Amino acid sequence: MSSNTESATENGYPAAPHRNKITLTVNGQKHELSLSPWTTLLDALRQQLHLTGTKKGCDHGQCGACTVLRDGENVNSCLCLAVMQEGSEIVTVEGLAAEDGTLHPVQQAFLENDGYQCGYCTPGQICSTVALLEHDRGNSPAEIRDLMSGNLCRCGAYTNIYNTIAELQGAKQSGSDHE
Amino acid sequence: MNNFSYQRAGSVAEASGVATEGGRIIAGGTNLVDLMKYRVENPEHLIDINRLALGEIEDGPDGGLRLGALVTNAATAYDERVKERYPVLAEAILSGASTQLRNMATNGGNLLQRTRCYYFYDTGSPCNKREPGSGCPAMEGQNRILAILGTSPLCIATHPSDMCVALAALDATVNVTGSGGDRRIPLADFHRLPGAHPERDTNLEAGDVVTSIDLPEAGFAGHSTYLKVRDRESYAFALVSVAACLELDGDTIKEVRVALGGVAAKPWRDPAAESRLVGKPATEESFRTLAEALLSGAQGHGHNDFKIPLAKRAIVRALTTARDNDSK
Repeated sequence: MSSNTESATENGYPAAPHRNKITLTVNGQKHELSLSPWTTLLDALRQQLHLTGTKKGCDHGQCGACTVLRDGENVNSCLCLAVMQEGSEIVTVEGLAAEDGTLHPVQQAFLENDGYQCGYCTPGQICSTVALLEHDRGNSPAEIRDLMSGNLCRCGAYTNIYNTIAELQGAKQSGSDHE
Repeated sequence: MNNFSYQRAGSVAEASGVATEGGRIIAGGTNLVDLMKYRVENPEHLIDINRLALGEIEDGPDGGLRLGALVTNAATAYDERVKERYPVLAEAILSGASTQLRNMATNGGNLLQRTRCYYFYDTGSPCNKREPGSGCPAMEGQNRILAILGTSPLCIATHPSDMCVALAALDATVNVTGSGGDRRIPLADFHRLPGAHPERDTNLEAGDVVTSIDLPEAGFAGHSTYLKVRDRESYAFALVSVAACLELDGDTIKEVRVALGGVAAKPWRDPAAESRLVGKPATEESFRTLAEALLSGAQGHGHNDFKIPLAKRAIVRALTTARDNDSK
């Protein structure tokens, strides 16, 4: 693919390059990227930044395998155009563990509760769980299930995924009760 | 996706100008990008309005609330003022889509999302909405999820929004800036029935930019509910949904509003039938009268015949819930 090919306007629109140079902030690091405007955030993460923890499932915002955190909110990276994400803080599953490799509490809980089977949906499940806990949502079993319905698990490991989140949410609530 | 060029809008006027020339406005992108991946939408140029100052919820005119067009569906539903004063809207929004999509989708975009009719999405099929004059296979085809009210011989698509159903019940107004200046469009006049032009979902003109949605002061926080009937309990579009709002004087109806989703190309209301219930007792019998009136022109197309009795029962149940759901 040739880079820096600029296309002239033929239709009266303001001239815009078909490759855009942007700065994308991912896991606290700034990356200078040159990409086509039709490149999704998911493809930029996987193919340009080689952060392959974020998975491509349906590529239509239905399965949640591509879920990342954007300014703290869980979003479907397959429906985000990368060129539109300049100025946002993107966090992928690779950015959750501490620098010394200590897993994020949500990652640790998924591990301890066996909250997965094949693992393909797990990065998305983990990102959605981080956001859920961060916003202190999911305060009933029904609400946890509803708020996690955008993350499908084709293995059907839902029981342990639910148990993982319920345990984290319960620990958080009992922790805050003691404060 | 097709190849396209991209720019960021620096002002509403700039966005309007580019849209007038055929450029497509993008905000949350949840529906547009998806449609572009299916090649249903093939814009040559996108103008990104996310940096415009339309992202606040603030006091509106006449004691109401103004929802910025760029406020996300999630931020709207979790806003304390919306939750307290317009719970039917918060419920409706949270019943729609998934957490991720609600975090991305904006209020303006929710109004402008397109039908989820299978034939509209399938570029291998004819579709009068996607390609005017090509035909409508849904009439004789898989029409289980499609419309029973306000259809035309050309199209039986539904508008898929939950948010808009609550906005219809609340008598919201959409603020629009276009080439001719600012306009206020009542929600009831925002979306169109298909008629002879199913390709036109709304009454917006080329170059119109939705800037905000105004909610009137009356939020029916005391007696309201949003009932959504669907094939699975979460993350599915409505087969039938009901936004029900009541104002009671003891056991007597002072005001009633019912808007239906999943049944037409726009949220469905019958204000004349609603006003006939004023002064009547808030009983199941009264609610059934309103349900019969709302569905009086309904016509099924085979697979979706079940929606007619389903909608009637859902209306009665929603109004009964709203009556008994005294949160104030």
